Parts: sequence; C-alpha cells; structure tokens
Amino acid sequence: MDNDFLNKLGIPRLIISLFLAFLVAAAFSFGLPMGQIFSAMLTRFGMNALLVLAMIPTIQAGAGPNFGLPFGIICGLIGATLAIELDLRGFTAFFFAIGVSIPLGAIAGWLYGLLLNRVKGQEMTVGTYMGFSIVSVMCIFWLMAPYKSPEMVWPYGGDGLRVTVVLDGRMEQLLDRFLSFTVNGVTIPTGLLLATALCCVLLWIFMRTRTGLAMSVVGSNPRFAEASGLNVNKYRLLASVVSCAMGAAGIVIYSQSYGFIQLYQAPLYMALYSVSAILIGGASLQRATITQALIGTFLFNALLVIALPVANVAMDSDISEIMRVIISNGIILYALTRKEVGGDAR
Amino acid sequence: MTGAARLEMKNISKQYYGNRVLKGLSFSVNKGEVLSLVGENGAGKSTLMNILFGMPVIHSTGGFDGEIFLDGEKANIKSPEEAMKLGIGMVHQEFMLLPGFTITENIKLNREITKDSLLSKIFGKPMKWLDLPAMKADARQSMDTIGLGIDEMLPVRGLPVGHMQFVEIARELDKKNIRLLVLDEPTAVLTESDADKLLEAMKILTGKGISILFISHRLDEVMAASDKIVVLRDGEQIAETRPSETTIDRIAELMVGRKIESGEMVGRPPSELKDDYILEIRDLSVAMPGERVKGVNLDVKRGEILGIGGLAGQGKIGIANGIMGLFPSDGDVKKNGKTIKLNAARASLDNAMAFVSEDRRGTGLLLDDSIEFNIVATAIQVQGKFLTPGKVRILDSQAMTGLATNMIQELDIRCTGPGQLTRRLSGGNQQKVCIARAIILEPNLLFVSEPTRGIDIGAKKLILDHLVKLNRDNGLTIVMTSSELAELRSICDRIAIVYQGKLEGILLPTDSDRDFGLMMAGEYHKFHGKEAV
Amino acid sequence: MRLLQKNIVPIVFIVLCTIGFHYSGLSWMFFANDLMTRLARNSFLVISLIIPVLAGMGLNFGIVLGAMAGQFAAFITVVYNLTGITGFFLACVLSIPFAVLFGWLTGILFNKAKGKEMITGLILGFFANGLYQLVCLIFIGWIIPISNKALLLPSGIGFVNTLDLKIWQYAIDKFYVFKLKGITTPLLKYLNNINFPVLTLIIVALLCTAVYLLFRTKLGQDFRAVGQNRHIAEVAGIKVDRVRIIAVIFSTVLAAWGQLIFLQNIGNVQVYGSHVQVGTFAVAALLIGGASVSKATIGQALLGTVLFHALFIVSPLAGKNIMGSAQVGEYFRVFVAYGVIGIALALHAWQRLTKKK
Repeated sequence: MDNDFLNKLGIPRLIISLFLAFLVAAAFSFGLPMGQIFSAMLTRFGMNALLVLAMIPTIQAGAGPNFGLPFGIICGLIGATLAIELDLRGFTAFFFAIGVSIPLGAIAGWLYGLLLNRVKGQEMTVGTYMGFSIVSVMCIFWLMAPYKSPEMVWPYGGDGLRVTVVLDGRMEQLLDRFLSFTVNGVTIPTGLLLATALCCVLLWIFMRTRTGLAMSVVGSNPRFAEASGLNVNKYRLLASVVSCAMGAAGIVIYSQSYGFIQLYQAPLYMALYSVSAILIGGASLQRATITQALIGTFLFNALLVIALPVANVAMDSDISEIMRVIISNGIILYALTRKEVGGDAR
Repeated sequence: MTGAARLEMKNISKQYYGNRVLKGLSFSVNKGEVLSLVGENGAGKSTLMNILFGMPVIHSTGGFDGEIFLDGEKANIKSPEEAMKLGIGMVHQEFMLLPGFTITENIKLNREITKDSLLSKIFGKPMKWLDLPAMKADARQSMDTIGLGIDEMLPVRGLPVGHMQFVEIARELDKKNIRLLVLDEPTAVLTESDADKLLEAMKILTGKGISILFISHRLDEVMAASDKIVVLRDGEQIAETRPSETTIDRIAELMVGRKIESGEMVGRPPSELKDDYILEIRDLSVAMPGERVKGVNLDVKRGEILGIGGLAGQGKIGIANGIMGLFPSDGDVKKNGKTIKLNAARASLDNAMAFVSEDRRGTGLLLDDSIEFNIVATAIQVQGKFLTPGKVRILDSQAMTGLATNMIQELDIRCTGPGQLTRRLSGGNQQKVCIARAIILEPNLLFVSEPTRGIDIGAKKLILDHLVKLNRDNGLTIVMTSSELAELRSICDRIAIVYQGKLEGILLPTDSDRDFGLMMAGEYHKFHGKEAV
Repeated sequence: MRLLQKNIVPIVFIVLCTIGFHYSGLSWMFFANDLMTRLARNSFLVISLIIPVLAGMGLNFGIVLGAMAGQFAAFITVVYNLTGITGFFLACVLSIPFAVLFGWLTGILFNKAKGKEMITGLILGFFANGLYQLVCLIFIGWIIPISNKALLLPSGIGFVNTLDLKIWQYAIDKFYVFKLKGITTPLLKYLNNINFPVLTLIIVALLCTAVYLLFRTKLGQDFRAVGQNRHIAEVAGIKVDRVRIIAVIFSTVLAAWGQLIFLQNIGNVQVYGSHVQVGTFAVAALLIGGASVSKATIGQALLGTVLFHALFIVSPLAGKNIMGSAQVGEYFRVFVAYGVIGIALALHAWQRLTKKK
C-alpha cells in the first residue's frame, strides 16, 4: 500500500515537495517576508501556467512534450510588440496582442506539425533544434523589422529593437492587478489566476470533445486509432496547432505579468522549462493531465521563488539559477531514461 | 551403429506457469543424419529449440525436466553461448546478418581472426588488429563447402534472399567445432530452385558428419531430406518414423489429428444455412508482412460462423486485416452486394463490420486507458455515441460507465472496476474488453482473429461460448481466424483453409484429420487429383 | 550528378562561404591565417564525435562533459602553476581520469535511453553545466580550498569569470611555426605567408591516423557491428552495452584533449562559457562536412571544420556589408549552427521513417 502510494506520487515529486517544504521552513526561521514570497509564488505560477498547459496537447497526441514551443512563443512576441507599435494601452493592447498571437501561433504550429509528422520518433531532438533555429532567425527579424515605436527601438543609433521592452503603462501586470486583493500580507493576483482557470476549463472541455478524445487515442496507440478509422497525422497536426497557439497566448500573459517583453535569445530555453515543469508534476513523455501541469508549474516556480532569498541569507551567493538548470534538466533526463512501453525505440 | 548418438533428448518436459507445453519427448539423431521435426504452430517445436539452446526464457521460467546428451556426454546447456561452445549451430528464421558488413565480416562476426598489435599487449584482445586475409580465406573455405560461389567481400546488403540463407549456413559451418545444426524453416523464404540447392547443401553437410535438425512445413521436402521424422502435436511426441515407412498424407494426419468428440462440435450442417451471402470477396490481396494474401476468393454466408485456418505465415491472418483497412489491400469486396472501399478503416466500420484484432496489445487496446474508455473509444469516433447532447458535445462519463458496467457483467470481465487500466488485466480479460468494444458498434458481421491466443483454458471456453451465443441469439455473422484447428472445428459451421496466400479449400468440421492436414500442408489437391476444384 | 547529390551539403556551404568571403572584403592573408588557426584548434573536437556516430549512438552532444573535464584539468595546472609545454601535456594527462569518469557515466545513461541518445546527450550537457557551475561557483573556495585568492571572486567563493592561461598559451601552436615563402606556382602561391602551427597539425594528423587504425582492430569492428544492429551483435555474443560505453569514453577523452588544444590557443578560459557551445558547434561542423547521424568520416570532419569556421570568419563582416549590420552576421552564423543540426536531424528521421515503410 505504501509502495503504491509512493509510485503514484512519484519519487521526483516527493523529493521536490520535501525540499520546498524545507525551504519554506528555512525562510520562516530566517524571518523573511513570507507575504511577499507567497505573492511571488502565486504570480510566477499564473505567469507560467499556460506555457506549461501548452505541453498537454502534443504529449496526449503522442508527439511528446512540445520542444518546438518557441514556434508559438515568437508569434506571441510579434503580437505583443505590434500592440505597442500601434500605441495601444490597457486591455485593448492585451486583447489585441492575444488576438494577433493566437492565429499566428496556429499557423506556426501547423507548419511545425507538418515537420513533426515526418520525423516521428525523433520529435524531441528535431523540435529542440528547430526551436533554437527559429529563435535565431527571429533575432535577425528583431534587428531588421521596421518597428518605429520609441519605446521599443534603441534610443540612439543601434539596430532594431531593444533586448527588453518595458511594458510600464501599456499592459504591465494588467491581469495581475485585476480584482487583486491582499490577505495577511499575501497579494492575490486574482485576474491572472482567473485567466489561468479559464484556460484550464477550456482545455479540459476541448480534450473531452470527440476531437480531443481522438487526439488522445492517437497518442495512446496509433494502431488502435487507425483501426478505429482515425487519421493519425491529422490529429498530431492539430495538437501541434493547439499547442503553439497556447504557447503564443501564454507568452503574452507571461510578459504582461513580468512587465517586460524579452526578445532575441530569451525564448531559447523556455520550452525546456515548460517541459520540466510538467514532468515535475508527474506527467510522462506519453501522458499528461491538466492537474499534473498545474502541480508541476506550482512546485517548480515556488521552488525557484523561495530559493533565491533563502540562499542569499544562508550562503550569500546566487544559487537559484543554478538550481533551476539542475532541476529542470535533471527531471527531463529522469523522464528520458525511464523504461516506457512503446516508446520511440530505434 | 557404433557409439552413442550425436544428440539424444531424453524425456524432455517443460511447463510455463503450470501449463505443460512439452510432455516427455525422447528422440535421437546420429552423426551425419537429418532429423525433421514437424507439427502445427504451437506444437512445441520452438520451445524444444529454446531448450536445446539454453535460451534465457527457459531458465527464467523454472528450467525443464529431462536430459540432453551430446555424443554420449550429458550436456547441461544454460546459455546460448554454451550451446555454441558445444558445437550447436542455428540458422534463424529471420536473418541475423549485418547489411553493411561484407560476407566475410558477417561469417566471422565476433569470431574475427586477430594479430597482435603494440597496444594489445597492454589492453588485450580489443586492441588486436583484424587479420583480414586469414578471415577471407576462412570464409571462402566454408562458402566453397556449401557451393556458394560469389565473392566473399561483397556487402550483404543487396544479396538475394537465397544467398543470405547460405551465408548464414556458411557462418555456422565456419564454427570449427560444429556438430549439430538447426535449420528453422529455412525454405520458407526461398524459391523452389533455391530450396533444392539448400537440400543439396544439407547433403554435403551431413556428408561431413554434421547432424541436422530440420524444421519445415513443406512435407515433400521433409520426405526428401530426412533420415528420421518426429511428429509433434500439443507438446506430445506423436510418432517417430522414417520416410521409407510412411507417406505424406499419413504425416499430415498425425500432425493435425486431435481427439475431438463430435458432440463438442456445434457447427450446423450445410443444409441449415442458405446460400445467401453477406460478404463476397474476390481476388483479395493484402500486403501484410509475414501474412501476405495473394488473391483470395471467399464467400461468407449470412448467419454462419466461418472459420479461417492454415499454418502461420500462409496469409490467413491477412484476410480480416485487409478487409478492415489495417494493411494495404487490393481486390473487390462486396457486402450485401455493395462494394466496400478498401484501405479505409472508416468505410469498413461504417458498413457495420467490426474487428477483434489478433494483435491484442498492439492494435486492440489502449493499454494505459481505462476499461470503460477502451470499450467506447471507437463508438465515440465512428458513431458519435457517448457524447453529451448540445452544441459543444463532450464525453458523457455517466453513459460510458453505465455501459461498461453492463459489459463487465455480461462478459464476466474480472477487474477492480470500469476505471481499471487495461494493462493490468489478464490476457483473457483483455480479450473480453476487445470483444465488448466490437459488440457495442452493433455490427452484423464480426471478424475475430486468434481470439484465444495466450489465454487460459477457462477464459477460452467462455469466449468461444459467447461468440456462439452472439451468433445464435443475435444472428451475428462471425468470421473467426485461428491457428488452433480444434477450436475452429468446435464452433465453426465451415472452415476455409489458406495456403500460400490463397484459398486452398473449404472443409466441414466433421471432415477427416487427414484432409485438414493435407490441406494445411498444401498437398490436398495432389492427392485428390482432379476431383477437387 | 550522383556525386553532386551526395555532397550537396558541403557544396552549398562552399558556395555560401565564397559569397561571404567576397562581400566581407577580407584579405586572403588574414582569412587564411585565421582559418588555419581555427582549423588547428577546433578539428580535434569535431573528430571526437566520429566514434559514437559509427557505434550507432548518433551525434554525441555529451562531449560538453569532455570539455568540462579538460577545463578541470586546466584549472589544476593554473592553481599549481604548471607552465609551458609540460604544463599543457600534464593537463592532458590530468584530464583523462575526469573524462573517463564522465564518459562512463554518460555511457550508462545512454544505455538507459537507447534510441534517444541525442536528446539525452543534449539535456545531459545542460544538466552537467548546472553541476559544473555548482562546483565552480559555489564549492570552489567553500568546500574546495584554493590558496591563490586572485583566482577567486571578491567574496572568496567561486572562480572569477576569466582565468588566464598564459602559462601554457601556444604551448604547442608556437612550438614550431612554419611559413611558406616565395612560392610562385599559380595555385599554391596562395599558401604563402600562412603560419602553420606544425606540432598542433602533427598531433591532429596523429589523431586522425589513430582513429583510422582503431577501425582496423577488433574493438573497431565491434563498434561498427553494434552501430549497425544492436540485436544481431548481441546474438553474436558481443557485449553491446559495454562496447557502447567504451565508445562514449573514447569520445569524451578526445573531447577533453580537444578542449585543451582549443584553450592553449585562446590563452584564457571563460570559466562559465568556454564549454557551453562546444557540442553544438562541433556537431554543426561535422554535419556541414557532409556527415549524417549514422555515417561520418575523418575527411568530413576536417572539411566541415574548415567550412564552418570559414563561415564564422566571414559572416559578421559580410553581414555588415550586405545588410548594414554586423549583428545580423553574428545571428546568421548562430542560425546556421542550429539550422544545420535541425535540418540534418529532421532529414535523418524522415529517411528512416520512409525506409521503414
């Protein structure tokens, strides 16, 4: 019984939860401002949730976690920068950015999905490098694109857009502040959490429609799907479209909460962090649920939020970035080496 | 006869999980003799070979009973390496050749001849040079022995199949201590002329004192090549005989004969079934690897249970898979007089046909999903059932669980509940889930392939009885494909036998063992001459 | 025509480099000398990829660990002030235990992730980089005492960003430099005034010979057999897992030495940066030379190194002259590295899929 419980929870999840509990206890004993820390945890959770949820469609459709998420992310960045270029503010800017991002992301996802269908079994490696490539192509785009807004281009000389674009007064923390309130020193980013909940509900409904179920059947067993008259490639393609569109919207939510749009190399490793978050939540490379995505996002981000101040007090050095690298890549390695049935064997 | 036999197997028995698959086999082969092992699939030939080779699958399941003697010495074979060391060689059914290597490199694979190098004095064997000229000479010699006249430095990729088979034999021959060679259906992939050459090569080998264990389904070859013939059936040694003392039809009868009481046969006489055809198959070809169908004509009567039998690899499995759109197929299939679109699973499903696949875990199940979802998955996609009403239609969990609960009761699926993952079920219960999934599609024609493969006896009977019940109560037409002739004979009305991708003939369950045996071995028409069509 | 088709990748890059060279406005002398330097210092790393490719494990992105092993050895020589050519060769020797250990661990990991070696190697590189930072940034000066405080950050914990390697800079590059002069033969006269780092080139040539000869030994034969089909090799009695681990260890040790050769030319080590892109750049170079995930030769490795670095030299200036921005060229070459790998991997996966059908 005990063993069964442990299996269900998963050893990595257990270790990380214990570690998190330990850090929270440490933070208390150091007398750190817990209210701020918990607020930051909630905000980081909401910022990243949609990017992590974007992993679900491709995993369920059997194409593995979407290492090609940058395809969607860059579309979101285009949407956000366009909103500023057009001098939009507030919810107009936000909804304009989302409205532009989603169709662009869907198109990018469609193209990426066509590629994925030709490289079955190697989606992760190909996706990673194609993601890296598109980020570097976009670096050239940010340099060359004819943006004019003085908030975005370098002030004197210099080519193209700035590395980070400040969203102050545009849509900085728009969702976070919406209906936000404070209890016991913890600020609740109500709007952000509501948006996350909305995304979850929409995704939940989608995954239970005939189409969503078909997607999951395709990923679970392609031969079964064919025998049930389903076109495997069609549903894998659709999964890529949905995932990239979610990634595009996800980065807009992320940016507004963060207060900056990060361009150039910033999206490079974002896919990896989202992949590791969902794996920490207990998903495998073949199956993932919304609950796992949410748990993983929370654990991963809470850990990073609390590690920084604790490490600063305890050892006077910045260990949180190192920890992020070790944990996120460690969990992916763990998933890769786990024995799985019907994996992408050579 | 002087001295001990080359190989003597004494009283060999083997159980898998309480299931006795070999029951006291004893036979011997002398030096330079060919002994043929014949029997249906599942008669125990491969288990016997696994024992002889000390395969891990034998020893990880509790070993075996009995003794093996090689040239009079008791052999205790615990691993394939030991078997090789004792001079037992094997030519596998699928080729064990590296396509990118030359013939020489393949023949000498992991037995390369090496010379010392500077580093090998420190690091040992891995750092020794390959002695290619010596390897070539060796390869040439064993190739010449069996009359393979091609260049020994050709790459294996691109060689004709026949040559690859010979390279395999040359490799075994190159093992200098070889005493006993096992040929596992070597002629299955060969053309007739290549097969003849192989038989000649076997003579050369026996002339050099090597003994051969020959496994083949081609009875004429068995008669031509062997000194001794051992017939196996259901793990029992039915007969040991010599070609001079027997005939092909006698062997065929021995292979198939199974005590089956006529009372156990529920099939109805032809007079009870009208010539009203639900399905007409014309010139059907199916490109299913290993089970190719090459132009089958077959009619299925409305309301019957039709069996499709034949040996493994002859194409019986391919027929249902082709009609249901799982493998590329060609030909003309009419249901109720209406042509069915081939190569489209959806078209077949839409025409009220359903399929329980022989590949239960590979095609039949979503192993990591619940029993209930497995049962309804196809119906959701094909017929839009089990969805909530309204604009956005999502999965109706209540309807799904309700139906699954009924099915679990009706088919007696042993599980913890409708939410259990199918991976955790036993083979028999998994099969019941597959059948449930097919039934809720409400088909009027059901294909069932190998419904009892790998299932314990109790569940077997339950499944067969349920199929009969569906047929009798609901008027469901069933086409059942099976490697187990006894099970076909027990419930089918008619049995079609497939041989080499074509329909060999149709028999009634009450026909003689001999006729079934001959038909499955493709010898029926030779014996019955022109009287059969 | 077949020849053209087979070598399409290198041909495209030769054309790209030629155009780039033309627009960069660089002098031949500068270009050729720079290229020679880069060839000498980078080819070793690229060659280190060949063995795992032939052993069927694909492109070993895990050579990043080899580079780390090399850097650890370099740190030791710096701390103990081991100078000159002795210092350099001592660093090579010291790197072996690290590299063997890392290679062995990598090999075990790869055996657990058969068929997914490349993505595993890539992620392993990132993961190891985290551990590496943990050691260099946190443990050094805290758990591992260092007497020379000049090497540490002001807090006394962690290495500074850049460690000087003047103690053995050019140890082998400047051991003997050869320069051709006064050649008048039409084509060969372009070789005039180019500095040949003779000892480095000899070492690279020796390595090439060694790799070539390795595949004439029993071990080399085992590598190739395992590379073609693990199952058949296993049936023939080859210890597949062991052979694969040995292949990775070879690769990792060679990468460690390759990184040291690289560092002795550069003359300093970016503690937190020198190794990061080693895997990507070496893999890209090998692929540009015309290699694939399952086939690679020494010739392809050398050609690829030349072409990849030629592009590296010309692209910033060419970018500036064509697009009006040197940055464009910088990003372009990063894109080339990633893009080449992405496309090569995609083509490989695609071919395998169509072959299966």
